[in-house]
Amino acid sequence: MVIAVASGKGGTGKTTVSVNLAKAFGSAVQLLDCDVEEPNAHIFLNPSVSSEKVVNILVPEVDETRCDGCGECSRFCEYSAIVSFGSKPLVFPEMCHGCGGCARVCPKNAIHEVQKRIGVVKSSEAGNIVLIEGVLDVGVAMAPPLIRAVKSSLNKNLPAILDAPPGTSCPVIATLRDVDFVVLVTEPTPFGLNDLRLAVDMVRQLGIPFGVVINRSGAGDDRVHAYCYEEQIPLLMEIPDDRKIAEAYSRGSLIIEALPEYRGIFKGLINKISELKEQALSK
Amino acid sequence: MKELVVISGKGGTGKTSVAASLAVLAGNSVIADCDVDAADMHLVLAPQIKEHHEFKSGHEAVIDIDKCTGCGVCLANCRFEAVSQHAKIDGARYFKIDPVACEGCGVCVRFCPVQAIDFPERLCGEWMVSETRCGPMVHAKLGVAAENSGKLVSTVRQKAKSIAEDGGYGIVIVDGPPGIGCPVIASLTGTSMALIVTEPTLSGEHDMQRVLSLAKHFRVPAAVCVNKWDLNPEMTASIEEKAKAAGAAVAGRIRYDRAVTQAQIQEKTVVETDAPSAEDIRSIWSYLNL
Repeated sequence: MVIAVASGKGGTGKTTVSVNLAKAFGSAVQLLDCDVEEPNAHIFLNPSVSSEKVVNILVPEVDETRCDGCGECSRFCEYSAIVSFGSKPLVFPEMCHGCGGCARVCPKNAIHEVQKRIGVVKSSEAGNIVLIEGVLDVGVAMAPPLIRAVKSSLNKNLPAILDAPPGTSCPVIATLRDVDFVVLVTEPTPFGLNDLRLAVDMVRQLGIPFGVVINRSGAGDDRVHAYCYEEQIPLLMEIPDDRKIAEAYSRGSLIIEALPEYRGIFKGLINKISELKEQALSK
Repeated sequence: MKELVVISGKGGTGKTSVAASLAVLAGNSVIADCDVDAADMHLVLAPQIKEHHEFKSGHEAVIDIDKCTGCGVCLANCRFEAVSQHAKIDGARYFKIDPVACEGCGVCVRFCPVQAIDFPERLCGEWMVSETRCGPMVHAKLGVAAENSGKLVSTVRQKAKSIAEDGGYGIVIVDGPPGIGCPVIASLTGTSMALIVTEPTLSGEHDMQRVLSLAKHFRVPAAVCVNKWDLNPEMTASIEEKAKAAGAAVAGRIRYDRAVTQAQIQEKTVVETDAPSAEDIRSIWSYLNL
């Protein structure tokens, strides 16, 4: 089973839920940190990195001795990553999605593709958890190819938890593709509710079963509860607004280790997800 | 005209609460909400929408099943895992494109031997120009599962700048998205200053360092403020040291204050309430001296 932990709004507790859920699993589980722009799961697990793999995308390089400046590559490129003004083209690798089209349409075979580094995938272990983490290089715009590289390291025979980036755009979509269940983490505030609605629209469009975790419960109002009730969205778990939890988080400690009374609550979350996933399958 | 962008690296550190407060303190500025896939500023600034625009960007490949001969050239050429194989009732195979995975590169369209793939323009969202109690605001909504958030951010910023230039406004306040990727780069490049809002946690510190490197990479001067600083005073001090070492200014500290959420519930910015932390945000604003 592959579970993704996502949210519209940032800072609602995705990583908190992901790492504690992974730890509460007890048995072997993979944790994939797909928030490659700001990966934080490692902070809570202190793993020893056992391997690191560089991830590249293919970008064009122009052989100026062959290029006659026809501009076909530039007309083809949808991303303005290769631009020609009736001259030899200029390449902007940071705009390139790596589709390979320019090399293929060039009538003079003047373009070949070269590797451009975008980040790394690190693999490590911490107790029952295999952590696979993507780290995007600073200055690189496009996270999805690195997220796909993180996910390609997934062992399908073991359960996996995917810590998603915030928001609802391409990096999140790349993370949620082909997962079995989505946990949406929110907080009971107007911003939390607004961004939860956006995330629910997204998950419904993708057709993935999902439920909601309310973090900092008690800190705001009850509109998130009312919304979940009206929309018949399962409420999976509530984490109370407790300064002790915030302090444990600030030090990089797991809730279930700093405050063992929460271990049972996270175990309960695993059971609830399994039930809901079974229900969705039987429908 | 100056452009101040509020970013954070880590999400949920208080960017929008701070940016909306700064807009009120500026009195008369242009506001750009560039967190286009989870925009929240409208919840506290109550914009009156004056203009509505569709945001069309890029294209989307669509296979015409009746024309598809099932050759599979599209599947072999797609680098985004967007093409999948299916069977018709008579058993003949055909291919389909997942609109969510398609990045609109056009390779399949160009190389389909029977021209069975259409390439219509893609509607990716909308953007609005509004009036608020502290000046004009440009904001947007990215479509569900849509691409090109960076281009939508650029559209919002350009419009905000042109309103500022035409109307003689001295400052544009940009509320940026979390992270360090494409929409953050589009929010940050070419601004006068980045205010980085962080929190005294290991994650906040880690993410601040990455976003500071990004600001340095694009040569934007940065100032850091630690929100909820008293949750962990030692960590706050360590973050401020690291910010200084990275060449950033320290703009101030904002205390942990439950009244911030109450302000949000009343649809007000923090500085429009008697929240104790309002004073801290005022002192950051005077430090920025914009």
